[in-house]
Amino acid sequence: MQLIPCPWCGPRNEPEFSYGGEPAVRPIPAESVSDATWSDYLHFRANPKGRARELWCHSAGCGQWFIMERDTATHAIFATLKPGAAA
Amino acid sequence: MKYNALSLLKQGLTGQQGWPQAWRSATLQPRYDAVVIGGGGHGLACAYYLRKIHGVPRVAVLERGWLGGGNTGRNTTIVRSNYFFPESAALYDFALRQYEQLSEALNYNIMLSQRGILMIAHSDHDMELMARGVNAMLLNGIDVELLSAAQVRAELPLANASPTARYPIHGGFTQRRGGVARHDAVAWAYARAASALGVDIVQNCEVQDFIFEAGRIVGLNTSQGEVRAGNFGLSASGHNGVLAGKAGFRLPITSYTLQAMVSEPVKPILHTVAMSTATGMYVSQSDKGELVFGQGLDLYPSYTQRGNFNITQSVVASMLEIFPAFRGLKMLRQWGGIVDVPWDYSPILGPSPVEGLHLNCGWGTGGFKATPAGGYFLAHSMATGGHHDISRPFDISRFTTGALIDEAAGAGIAH
Amino acid sequence: MTARRLSSGGRIDRSKPLYFSWQGRVLSGFVGDTIASALMANNVRVLGRSFKYHRARGIYGAWVEEPNAIVDVVLGGAHEPNGRATTLSLYDGMAVTGLNAQPSVDFDAYSAIDLFHPLLPSGFYYKTFFPNWHRFEPRIREMAGLGTVRPLANTEAFETRTIACDVLVAGGGPAGLAAALTAAEAGASVILADDRFGFGGSLLWGDEAIDGQPGAVWAAAAVARLAGLGVQLLPSTTVFGAYDHNTFALSERRATAAAGWGGERIWTVRAREAVLAAGAFERPLVFPHNDRPGVMSASAALQYLRQYAVLPGQNIVVVTNNDSAYGVAAALQLAGALVTLTDVRPTAPAVARIAEAAGVAVHLGSVVLNTAGRNGVVCADIGAADATSLRAVQRRVPADVVAVSGGWSPAVHLHSQAGGKLRWDAEQVAFLPLAARPHQHLAGSITGAESLAACLASGHAAGSAAATALGLTATVAPPHADAAQPAAPAQAYWRVPVTSARQWLDLQNDVTVKDVALAARENYASVEHLKRYTTLGMATDQGKTSNVNGLALLAEFTGRDIAQVGTTTFRPPFVPVTLGAIAGMKHGALYAPWRRLPAHSEHVAAGADIREYGGWWRPACYPRAGETAAQAIQREAAAARQSVGLFDGSSLGKIVVEGQDAAAFLNLLFYNELANLKPGKLRYVLLLRETGVVYDDGVVARIAPDRYLLSPSSSHTAGVLALLEAWHQTEYPHLKVAFHDTTGAWATFAVSGPNAREVLAPLTKIDLSAEALPHMAFASGRILGVAGRIARVSFTGERSYEVSVPSGYGASLWTALREAGAAFGITPYGIETLSVLRAEKGYILIGTDTDGMTLPDDLGMSGPLRAKKVDFVGKRSLLTPDALRPDRRQFVGLLPLDPTQVPHVGAHAIEFRDGKRRSRGWITSACHSPALDRSIALGMIERGRELAQQGAEVELFHLGKIMKAKVTSPVFVDPAGEKLHG
Repeated sequence: MQLIPCPWCGPRNEPEFSYGGEPAVRPIPAESVSDATWSDYLHFRANPKGRARELWCHSAGCGQWFIMERDTATHAIFATLKPGAAA
Repeated sequence: MKYNALSLLKQGLTGQQGWPQAWRSATLQPRYDAVVIGGGGHGLACAYYLRKIHGVPRVAVLERGWLGGGNTGRNTTIVRSNYFFPESAALYDFALRQYEQLSEALNYNIMLSQRGILMIAHSDHDMELMARGVNAMLLNGIDVELLSAAQVRAELPLANASPTARYPIHGGFTQRRGGVARHDAVAWAYARAASALGVDIVQNCEVQDFIFEAGRIVGLNTSQGEVRAGNFGLSASGHNGVLAGKAGFRLPITSYTLQAMVSEPVKPILHTVAMSTATGMYVSQSDKGELVFGQGLDLYPSYTQRGNFNITQSVVASMLEIFPAFRGLKMLRQWGGIVDVPWDYSPILGPSPVEGLHLNCGWGTGGFKATPAGGYFLAHSMATGGHHDISRPFDISRFTTGALIDEAAGAGIAH
Repeated sequence: MTARRLSSGGRIDRSKPLYFSWQGRVLSGFVGDTIASALMANNVRVLGRSFKYHRARGIYGAWVEEPNAIVDVVLGGAHEPNGRATTLSLYDGMAVTGLNAQPSVDFDAYSAIDLFHPLLPSGFYYKTFFPNWHRFEPRIREMAGLGTVRPLANTEAFETRTIACDVLVAGGGPAGLAAALTAAEAGASVILADDRFGFGGSLLWGDEAIDGQPGAVWAAAAVARLAGLGVQLLPSTTVFGAYDHNTFALSERRATAAAGWGGERIWTVRAREAVLAAGAFERPLVFPHNDRPGVMSASAALQYLRQYAVLPGQNIVVVTNNDSAYGVAAALQLAGALVTLTDVRPTAPAVARIAEAAGVAVHLGSVVLNTAGRNGVVCADIGAADATSLRAVQRRVPADVVAVSGGWSPAVHLHSQAGGKLRWDAEQVAFLPLAARPHQHLAGSITGAESLAACLASGHAAGSAAATALGLTATVAPPHADAAQPAAPAQAYWRVPVTSARQWLDLQNDVTVKDVALAARENYASVEHLKRYTTLGMATDQGKTSNVNGLALLAEFTGRDIAQVGTTTFRPPFVPVTLGAIAGMKHGALYAPWRRLPAHSEHVAAGADIREYGGWWRPACYPRAGETAAQAIQREAAAARQSVGLFDGSSLGKIVVEGQDAAAFLNLLFYNELANLKPGKLRYVLLLRETGVVYDDGVVARIAPDRYLLSPSSSHTAGVLALLEAWHQTEYPHLKVAFHDTTGAWATFAVSGPNAREVLAPLTKIDLSAEALPHMAFASGRILGVAGRIARVSFTGERSYEVSVPSGYGASLWTALREAGAAFGITPYGIETLSVLRAEKGYILIGTDTDGMTLPDDLGMSGPLRAKKVDFVGKRSLLTPDALRPDRRQFVGLLPLDPTQVPHVGAHAIEFRDGKRRSRGWITSACHSPALDRSIALGMIERGRELAQQGAEVELFHLGKIMKAKVTSPVFVDPAGEKLHG
């Protein structure tokens, strides 16, 4: 069970959180991008083994989304950032 | 030496001294015609079919650890082909038909036990969706039956049949040809047969990066040195995304931990593979007597092959909710595998975006049941450069055209 | 056999006898006994049969390492199918039975299998039994398994706890006690867990002194001091799993009046620092026929003597390769046994003097070459340690117990589970941690400490390090133990070099040295292959005693070092843990709690057939006496069409969206245009996923320019709210908008039917006229004097008013509406009835008529895609080649040619293509329509709208049967919508 430092609430147990995917830049205007670009945004992932940048939500807590830098091979957590904060 | 009762008897009289190696441990040669990355069931099957069907002369399988040590050795051993879409049914039933004659074909008992799989419905709505699925499967030529609540209770006498249960039993459906097989034996059987055909099986050989020439993959740098080949197959479940990254492209895949666990062994008490629509659990009883069960993913990317205890608790609770009679049994062992989950839960097969590399990945939580098919169609793609009719719908291009094969959606799940 | 209870000593209470049955025979023991110690005191030798060969098995160990003594235990309503006799407390009235034998463990018909053992090596089943495995498998399954499941046993509730602490100390032996004392005295909050009944570990049966006191006395004082410091003391608690970020899972076996294993409780402990001090397991020393009852671990023999005052035998041979067994030999001799000790090492260690002084006969450079005896050892052959033949016997001695010590394997399980690496220490002849994991500290045997003094020092050091890591300062001095005799190194001796006889490694699974040789010969040379091919270490003891010997032999047979062979991965749990306890309270209603409507009691009183829908308990319909549900549905639907019906829609979501950018935000999110919706008006909308798939439908009300109210479907409310938050926070944080789920705050009832206005009018001053409150408009005001809202929206196709009041008034409003409508025969209708009414109108039900592939155009809702100029979630996905395919499945109505036949939901429309039947789509809803008095259906059919225009017929397939139907528009009743607007 991971101990996740919510940027608003502090460290809380894993079951309070939900993973929300890799941050992806939404192509705009969406209508004018190619099928391939849209598909890349929708489906394709870096899926790194090791240090990863992830979106998480403190869904059973404050409800806020944040960025977490985490090692997917060890579950070590390097940092959690409020959206918009510099990495 | 052929495996049969007679050879076992002869060896019994001579202290079992005469058995040869089941497979050779090869050292990596500098050049092959085809190299398969990943020595699990799929990769070993691919190597076997490359030699057996396509007559490719020099074939190697590279395995990072010990053969069969990835998801082949970590799954809950279920085989079935009860799929909704015709494309999926064709693929998985191809695998099941191979399984049905695999022990003989490979001269190795993989202990295919066609004890049936039974999915329990817990509401009228479940039953309607099951009817939709069963009809689709019947049209796909799959042997399924819709079951009444009484039939389900008769097949699963220990399931909670109380009308006040959290998830009461409204019926279900079964595929009688489904069941379980001995997972390790599938890898070992393919390894032995492939090795006998001259395939080099190289264990403890980790791929470090790809060697490109003129935009085409022509070789690999590995922990045991460089190797070159005409074609490469990617069949390293759990690490396909990582390897694709090294080859310069991304896959529509996220890797999660899927936990599985076994109880202590008890006398036969569960005679089919049971699954529940409501809790997502699946459970069977091994020939040793252990209950083998699992449920959902640890829902965040992970390459740890462990799984966390809060999810273990959820998995156990999901099983006991359907089978409260098992509350007094004990968990003996729990482990995790890395499953590569694509958006639509269907595999990605055929040529990759990079020339010289072919894909067999994205099997998600259900790769074991497809082992012969994954190997067969990867071999086809590597040997012919293109798709078999059965694998064509599973090409990676479907994510761009939108023609997904979404079995979860087919089962009525809106997502 | 002459095991016997001594007249004094031990931690048993001789004043409290207990009576229990063994195989139907009544025996006695004492409070403080385990099942194993009581059986041993009663001279019971054979407790079980091995898994494969059905050989007799006796007690081997004294605690969790036990591979053999697995028994069936019944006490009251509780049942333990595979009870480990060595760890279960004895209780009065227990019924204990041996396992895996027919008819009994003393005479087992299956034991004849052992005669065929030359034909049954490891993995023999891979080489035969095919292609007819299905014929053999049932017989093999019957033979396998240990205990049996009793369906009605073990219904007690379990509970779980989650707790945090500064320091968790796993293991309460001398090292763990020292660590806990050091950390607690420094001011840390400490949890100390030990799986035994009390703390002290080996001090409880050892001879050594600490700080000038007997070890057990020191331990008791330490525990008292820890209690005084507020340490959470958890005896009978096993730390069985190590997980991420220093989370540990513990299993506490609370002794209850009912049973020794009753009330098992799982703790999840988050420790800032952890001390791993779990001790070590004594390995077997392997020799021919070492599986007979009477062969046991030397340290176990000492524990039976000291803990339970049971002398395991009269003529005892001790076999060892290390110093630790000498003290055991001395103690057994002094307790009255005749003890012979063989040490494979050629020179006498310093400790030999202790044994010799006690009268033990010591033979150096020697080993037991063989044992004999039918259901237990009666004699042992002693020969040179390097003998290669069973006949190289130097002396044969009578023996009822052979106590073996093959060295010690520290319990590295938790370290390894936490991701720690191991190294092979050739000097210690053991796998030891390479380095402690972050925030973990090692103490005791796991550090390689052998003497008590070293264990205490390492415990103190670990406690200090944990305190330091917490910013605290350790203040206490380490406990002192007298320096031990200088220790002689253990000899790596893994088995007698005789090949002609079986030597057991895994006693439960019957894995012998020959099996390891076979695996190596066949190239199952990875340690994981060895385990899986031979089943070594996969029994209920998970190889606690057998693994290292097996690895050493694999190394020998494959010409490698043990270090190269390595270990298999250690998996949780450290010991088997009860499934019910793991699940804890997550069971029954607490597995996934149901939600109730505010007027739930009124529905029950009205005779509702209440079922679960998406987690809510809702009325399906309200059958009258003698009426079936199907009849009730038809009656209720007709009443709503002809006069007026009443429906509880309180579970429909009510999410308030407000803020100056609410309109802009909703326009980005929803498929439909929402910026131009006028305050006071409602609009039916779809919400898509980014993949274009319809996630939910619902109604949006604009309450004010900057305030909307969304009504998602009941089962999607939480999901919709999560989607809104996700999009707002991650993609559109610059928009000023906030969300608030008020679903639980409101009770909502739909009054629907031609007489709806007449029923409702007397209860409110809100103007209900068609002009003031047209279809898809709403008004706020008082209803029965309570501030509420009335929305003119219809899911039935009839004139409908949705009345909302604060949920506390729900029950009274329901009652008032029924009273007000009595004159019109107002009829409560349930969700199944609503499903019929909406099907007649062709209104979709999300998740019933749609699935994870449905796009808006498939439902015939393509207007917004064409008309709406701004981008919205999912829009781009509606423009992919697959989304624009002309042959997509489309939502249509179907009229069976036989109007009396209702097609089955899930039936497929089929056609023949290339000589094969194929699906063209399926039925999503079907019923008998009371309005049309005929069967109707809705479905998703390929090119359905084209077929409907043509009035084409399709064949519907269900379980092999065919029914024909005509494809039509999905709107069967009032296609012009006149009833809605009047």
